[in-house]
Amino acid sequence: MIGGVPLADALVAALIVLGSVFALIGSWGMVRLPSLMERLHSPTKATTLGLGALLVGSVAYFQLVKGEWTTHELLVSVFLFITAPISANLIAKVHLHRLHLAEPNEPASVAGVPLPPPSGSGWATYEAPHEDTPGDMIGD
Amino acid sequence: MMSPVLFWALGFGFAALGLALAFNLVRLFKGPGTADRILALDTMVINVIGLIVLTGIAGGSGIAFQAALLLAMVGFVGTAAYAKFCLRGDIIE
Repeated sequence: MIGGVPLADALVAALIVLGSVFALIGSWGMVRLPSLMERLHSPTKATTLGLGALLVGSVAYFQLVKGEWTTHELLVSVFLFITAPISANLIAKVHLHRLHLAEPNEPASVAGVPLPPPSGSGWATYEAPHEDTPGDMIGD
Repeated sequence: MMSPVLFWALGFGFAALGLALAFNLVRLFKGPGTADRILALDTMVINVIGLIVLTGIAGGSGIAFQAALLLAMVGFVGTAAYAKFCLRGDIIE
């Protein structure tokens, strides 16, 4: 008991508040930061720390307060921890690809347009899309 | 019966995640690039998963986590498909 509050409830409440504060900070950073490469940084905190704390809080609630053992939450957090870097990488690749195509709507980041790789086959990002597909940017 | 500290923590969590979704909508409308919009949609999925987890705690049932897991999978597939479409002009080559 802490000040009349059961310890389990206090733990779950602290984890919920921590997780939702991290989610809020991540989304606020996405509004506030100046360019895409910086904006990619902030929602990753919402994914790992924010949702991680919420899911651990949920496990603790069902275990300590309700007395049931659940593991679905751990499955969700493992899945998110695996997929978050992959989707961040794909979004960064889209950004580089559109910078390379000189799309006017795609502003460069603070560090400027990155140089293409020195030689050889190049990044997969810089390969041209197939012709006659919507991504080839011909006629749009 | 839920203790008051847990009740207020859940209320705070719902409010914070709702505000986070509003911030994501701002980024979704402002853009300016396509990658920004994909990022905003991806983050919205993350925040909605958080809301579903909070709903599961508030309702006291384990059913909500099936929905959370499903949304995590569908959200990732959606982000990957959108990014792949922008990169290659084709999703399944």
